[in-house]
Amino acid sequence: MNKQFNSSRRKFMLTSAAISGGFALGLQLPVKAQDAVTGNDINIWVQINPDDTVTIKYARCEMGQGSMTSAPQIVADELDASWDQVHIEYVDVNEHFRMDRAWGAMVTVGSQTIRNSQEYLRNAGASARAMLVAAAASEWGVPASEINVSNGVISHAISGRESGFGALAAAAAEQAVPETVTLKDPADWHIIGQSKPRVDIPPSVDGSQVYGVDVELPGMVYASMATSPVFGGSVISFDATKALTRKGIIDVVAIDGIAVAVVADNWWRANKALAEVEIQWDTKGNGEVSNETILAQFNDSLAASDAAPMPNNTGDADQALANAEQVLEADYFTPFLSHSPMEPMGATVRITGERVDIWASTQSPEGLVGEMVNALGVEEENVYAHRVQAGGGFGRRGGSSDYARAAALIAAELPDGTPVKMLWTREEDTQHDFYRPLAMYRLKGGLDANGMISGWKARIASGSILNQMRGVPLRGGVDFTAVEGFTELPYNIPDQFQDFKLTPTHVPLGFWRTVGWSQTPFAREQFIDELAIAAGEDPYHFRLKHMAEDELSRHILVKVAEAIGWDETPAAGIYRGIATTEPYGSYTAAAVELSVNDAGVINIHRIIQGINTGHMVNPDNVIAQLEGATVWAISAAMWGEINIDQGKVQESNFHDYRLLRMAQMPVIDTVLEATGGFWGGVGEPGQAPILPAFCNAIAAATGTRVRSLPLKHHGFSLA
Amino acid sequence: MELRVNNEIHEVDVEPEMPLLWVIRDILNLKGTKFACGISQCGACTVHIDGEPVRSCSYPASAAQGKEITTIEGISLDASHPVQQAWVKHQVPQCGYCQSGQIMAAVSLLEKKPRPTDADINAAMTNICRCGTYKRIRDAIHDVAGNTAENTLAYEA
Repeated sequence: MNKQFNSSRRKFMLTSAAISGGFALGLQLPVKAQDAVTGNDINIWVQINPDDTVTIKYARCEMGQGSMTSAPQIVADELDASWDQVHIEYVDVNEHFRMDRAWGAMVTVGSQTIRNSQEYLRNAGASARAMLVAAAASEWGVPASEINVSNGVISHAISGRESGFGALAAAAAEQAVPETVTLKDPADWHIIGQSKPRVDIPPSVDGSQVYGVDVELPGMVYASMATSPVFGGSVISFDATKALTRKGIIDVVAIDGIAVAVVADNWWRANKALAEVEIQWDTKGNGEVSNETILAQFNDSLAASDAAPMPNNTGDADQALANAEQVLEADYFTPFLSHSPMEPMGATVRITGERVDIWASTQSPEGLVGEMVNALGVEEENVYAHRVQAGGGFGRRGGSSDYARAAALIAAELPDGTPVKMLWTREEDTQHDFYRPLAMYRLKGGLDANGMISGWKARIASGSILNQMRGVPLRGGVDFTAVEGFTELPYNIPDQFQDFKLTPTHVPLGFWRTVGWSQTPFAREQFIDELAIAAGEDPYHFRLKHMAEDELSRHILVKVAEAIGWDETPAAGIYRGIATTEPYGSYTAAAVELSVNDAGVINIHRIIQGINTGHMVNPDNVIAQLEGATVWAISAAMWGEINIDQGKVQESNFHDYRLLRMAQMPVIDTVLEATGGFWGGVGEPGQAPILPAFCNAIAAATGTRVRSLPLKHHGFSLA
Repeated sequence: MELRVNNEIHEVDVEPEMPLLWVIRDILNLKGTKFACGISQCGACTVHIDGEPVRSCSYPASAAQGKEITTIEGISLDASHPVQQAWVKHQVPQCGYCQSGQIMAAVSLLEKKPRPTDADINAAMTNICRCGTYKRIRDAIHDVAGNTAENTLAYEA
């Protein structure tokens, strides 16, 4: 019996790994994973406790996007638990690595947590439920098929027997793991689709939530650092004589030859002293890079003859444009942008012999561990990355773990066992980001005699995040995140040709919330409006004419248009814009109503923001993400830009990198659609249609087509 | 120097110009008050000094001597302050990092104006939230005030 149980259990673990393996490259079958299934564990995701509570493991990160609540909702639903009995616990990062990454991906990027985990999470819940049922069947001597599980109660109607989960947990753990489980019909979901309150909210209202920068350890020292203000620059020499005379200063060290850190008994003292360290920098030839040189480079890229064609090109766009009744051409520009999460970059590292402990706000526990291995030459299994809430991520903490590396290198200079908390100032954070790429787009469109788009060309010029950050080669010369939004147009255009011209600069690039979709719709969806206007058509109906009846972009676009009453004339002086997008597995559309006075002051009357996520786990959290994404987009539209002069970022803090505040918060109404059939992302898609819908409305109101951001440079301000 | 924080007297040995934020966080180990900009721009470090909201990142510790300092940890012992409860009810926080400061600003506003208008909220709530939770902050404040769609309109008229 025991032997059989073991082999079955091993089989379950293998199956589970096979499912999750698709998302963790190089994943080995977790033969050691069974070691974790001890005590009250039913499987690696579900633990049932004697008091009837259920502990559900959460493997990814939480930074406000809500999936620490919504991912366990999926497990609990298939388990037929009552949500009230569920507790949620992070998977331990070190245990995950020691078990050959049994829990799949921990990295929390690309609006992926639900859509890429749902299948194995549903299986985990259903499998645990089946084992509870088998245990009850065995104990009660009744067929498993007659047993019902509902809201945490296992019952057998015929005999009137009934039990909580806890009493059967030990017996359930002895059951064979089912070879296959039948997942619920979505109509039977009772926790998926419910707006369960987020579990990480209560500690955020009383100051008890622990973020990376809040970690405090015995014997801790603190560091503030200055990295070469010119990207790619290095430290020639530094003089710390004066700084070392200040109170509480422990050490001044160079990091990787590109930065200098002051270590003190208090962070404020370290930071004050840092200002007194005299550092000689080598700009490594990047001291002359400026907005002007970068712009010239991008203009060359728009005209270059060696761009890489995209794989989705069809027909003969040049011929179609030559035959067109009207041809339009326009260039669009989107600037570099910083993430600027409220919690600046920082990390605490303690090296004790061969063991490394790290506490850092992150979107990538894998990245933290890998960075410790790279920086310190320790074994993966000896790195202990502790879980903390991230004070915003937005992509900054998912690509590079540069800040964790810096903390590790400082710790390496200190006596064994000394924890050091390294924290950046806001200025350091703003000026040493991995920025949303600057990109330019040259679009050409032809209209035929029926006012239909007959030909389409797009040239996309951008750097490549993955190529620059990690040396990942381009596929066929095309960077797939830079061209998001152009790879599969929702519009039927028979003849289209699009290409990509890689345009690298010395400015570090990173994944910024919504990535390529944060900027390509600004060009694509405004150019569609330009074509509609040239054709003398209403922009909404012009879009519909170009979309298939079953096109999912059409569905959400129609819902949003209906919500704003598009076909009814707005009040005098009020103008509308609309746009539709298909980001990260979801479909989002937005409509904006605004007025603009003679001084260029924009008054946003309301924004309708719609999303179709296919299946939707936590509607209130989806609304929260749409609201937040709208604020994010309006800040970028009005004021967002990172400027380069003499190789350095010119912006430094919130006074010159302006973000929207309460007084300018627009009215947002959301349209939630869950048409089923797919699992779309939530954290990022909301932003994509906002910029073009907003700018289309401004064009409708003023006749000014804004083709470069931010809007403040075109005489506009926000009421 | 001697500082009175959340009704407790603390004797601290710090430079007079050390900002109150760093005394609170790193000397007194009260981590609910956050550092985010260091130049009084964002309000993540908001505390009350004699009942007034103050951005502690730019407030010298020496200036707080003899005054009553209240941090997020001091407004209730068990998250029972009506503003805290409304924040949970309206599911306001996303990442949550700015919310201690937002709550301190809201508590101060409601103490002065128990029935704030939207204009009052706009004027008092100037803290930055990068996640963009402003709509829910506004809703939560109106909820604490007992403002409803109907009576808020009447009140503002």
